[in-house]
Amino acid sequence: MRKTLLESLTHGSLTEPAPAPDESALAELASKVDRAAQARLGRSLAIRQVDAGSCNGCELEIHALSNAFYDIERFGLRFVASPRHADVLLVTGPVTKNMRQALERTCDATPDPKWVVAVGGCAIDGGIFGGSYACVGGVSEVVPVDLHIKGCPPTPTDLLKGLLALLEHVGGKR
Amino acid sequence: MGILDGIPHVRAVPSHRPWPRVVVTEAGWQAAINQLAAGRLTLLGFWGESSAVHIALLDDAATEIAVVTYECAAGSFPSVARQHPPALRLERAIHDLFGLTPTGGDDTRPWLDHYVWGKSFPLGSRNAPREVVPYRFLPTEGEALHQVAVGPVHAGIIEPGHFRFTANGEHVVRLEQWLGYTHKGIESLMPGAGVQAAAKLANRTSGDSAVAYAFAFARAVEAALDIEAPQRATWLRALMAELERLANHFGDIGAICNDASFALMHAQTGILRERCLRAANVAFGHRLMMDVIVPGGVTCDIAPDGVAALRTLLAEINKVFPRLIELYDNTASLQDRTVTTGIVKTEYARQFGAGGHVGRASGRNFDARRALAYAPYDRLSFEVPVLEAGDVNARVWIRIREVEQSVALIAQILDLMAPGEIMRALPAGRGECEGLAVTEAFRGDVLVWLRLDTELRVQRCHLRDASWFQWPLLETAIEGNIIADFPLCNKSFNCSYSGVDL
Repeated sequence: MRKTLLESLTHGSLTEPAPAPDESALAELASKVDRAAQARLGRSLAIRQVDAGSCNGCELEIHALSNAFYDIERFGLRFVASPRHADVLLVTGPVTKNMRQALERTCDATPDPKWVVAVGGCAIDGGIFGGSYACVGGVSEVVPVDLHIKGCPPTPTDLLKGLLALLEHVGGKR
Repeated sequence: MGILDGIPHVRAVPSHRPWPRVVVTEAGWQAAINQLAAGRLTLLGFWGESSAVHIALLDDAATEIAVVTYECAAGSFPSVARQHPPALRLERAIHDLFGLTPTGGDDTRPWLDHYVWGKSFPLGSRNAPREVVPYRFLPTEGEALHQVAVGPVHAGIIEPGHFRFTANGEHVVRLEQWLGYTHKGIESLMPGAGVQAAAKLANRTSGDSAVAYAFAFARAVEAALDIEAPQRATWLRALMAELERLANHFGDIGAICNDASFALMHAQTGILRERCLRAANVAFGHRLMMDVIVPGGVTCDIAPDGVAALRTLLAEINKVFPRLIELYDNTASLQDRTVTTGIVKTEYARQFGAGGHVGRASGRNFDARRALAYAPYDRLSFEVPVLEAGDVNARVWIRIREVEQSVALIAQILDLMAPGEIMRALPAGRGECEGLAVTEAFRGDVLVWLRLDTELRVQRCHLRDASWFQWPLLETAIEGNIIADFPLCNKSFNCSYSGVDL
């Protein structure tokens, strides 16, 4: 263990420079994020992730945001265990009918001001599962969405770009 | 003695490949159930159609497979679960989707159906309404008992599901799972889809096993059409499958240690996992390698710098991983949490036909790559690690050993792979045909069964994840442990939600 620890101390960091915030995400947010809310939050966002029926691909890449390469916490972004501690709901999946109520309740349990970010192709419009009897088809069918991050699944860099755009917009206009 | 010798059947289906499928009457169905209950055969799969049910049987000793079909003339079939518990959830799911009733079964509660689809029996032919009754968890009695309800939305970044713990103080006396939250109706989207569109759906059955599902689906189509993918395509498929196995095992080994508050390991394995995904992206253009394997072959060859990226990855793993193994082995605080925690009894692993690290940590010596020796594994040399202890520690060690095997397999494949075709056109006009395939995902065997029509469209496709037979064992593994050890037990299994909810 000592060797591993020492090496971690002496080697340079693996963490990579931040990508620029996504331009289209910034444009989408410009019309949606309220100024008063920005003043209250500063440059820090607590994220509650909700899987509303995804294949788990998006979750794998959201997990990756916490590894040494992306190190999401350096931006003031962190994942929390309860919607009651959250500013942002990060929602994946084509919203299955079996998850609809749980998503609504999670959103209701999140205090204002809050933002909903829909992640992945399924969360936008149901994706390839859209036509099924078991899916609602897109997060915005159930709760209002502030930002979409595309991809199947979006890469950690795509996710980071979208979340940084959100952070920039929330914190940048104080 | 052949697998079907003790099972009287009325006819065989000639267009079913590569293993036989036979249609039985009640006597044959009962004979199959008896052999399952007696432990002579293992339940490999159990699925429905609008007016028939099928069970896939495995003879472990002879590694023979057969499918037995019962035609439900009266809309019902003799319950398999009544005598053979591993069939229970699959049987409940069949009833939810098709409305076919198991007769003589004790547990008639819905499994996938949470009464919000807007219709009953969505894949069935009868249009009967279903009585809506609140879900009843199994009863528990005792003065000191209390219940803890968890989910469907969990505290971490995890798939949704509900766990109902009954505890006596800190000790769990019963865990009952209720899943179905991620039910997307995949099997309802399959009929009518062309094989390419269907392959995309199969790919997204369980995101962490995208390669394994695509592999199984492609092989099922190829079996049905009686063709083989070009040799180079099979090498590339195995390359992706082993890369996927590595990435998942790294992620899980770290996550298990993290649940025992040993974050250092999590950080280190997280780096290795990311390196696998980046190498996959360089080699195949997608971090999770989705949509590369399709029926007939693969859509793209390995990128020019892919081989070098993979060799660099192997060198990195060979350098770092042995130290991490040592770290795991020599950290008392970790061992304290993993040794003797969450034991799966060997007889349960055998009875349930548990696949992957869950089965192999509890003495079940089955790996589809070796037992069924599908291409290209028939030309590769590797070992299948097996342990008996059945605890969290054993499941970690199986994964560690499998990482070593996958590293060796990738090196072998890179050495052996010769240039050649990567795609073969699918022959049209073969008529209606059926195929079955089993591949080894990182968490165990994935089964895909399908029937194609004359236009190469899917008529019916069933995808069975290893988790069907692992989730119930998690309920047994946690008994007598404390609630605080549940995350460790759960993570050491890492069952799929999406893969069983479909």
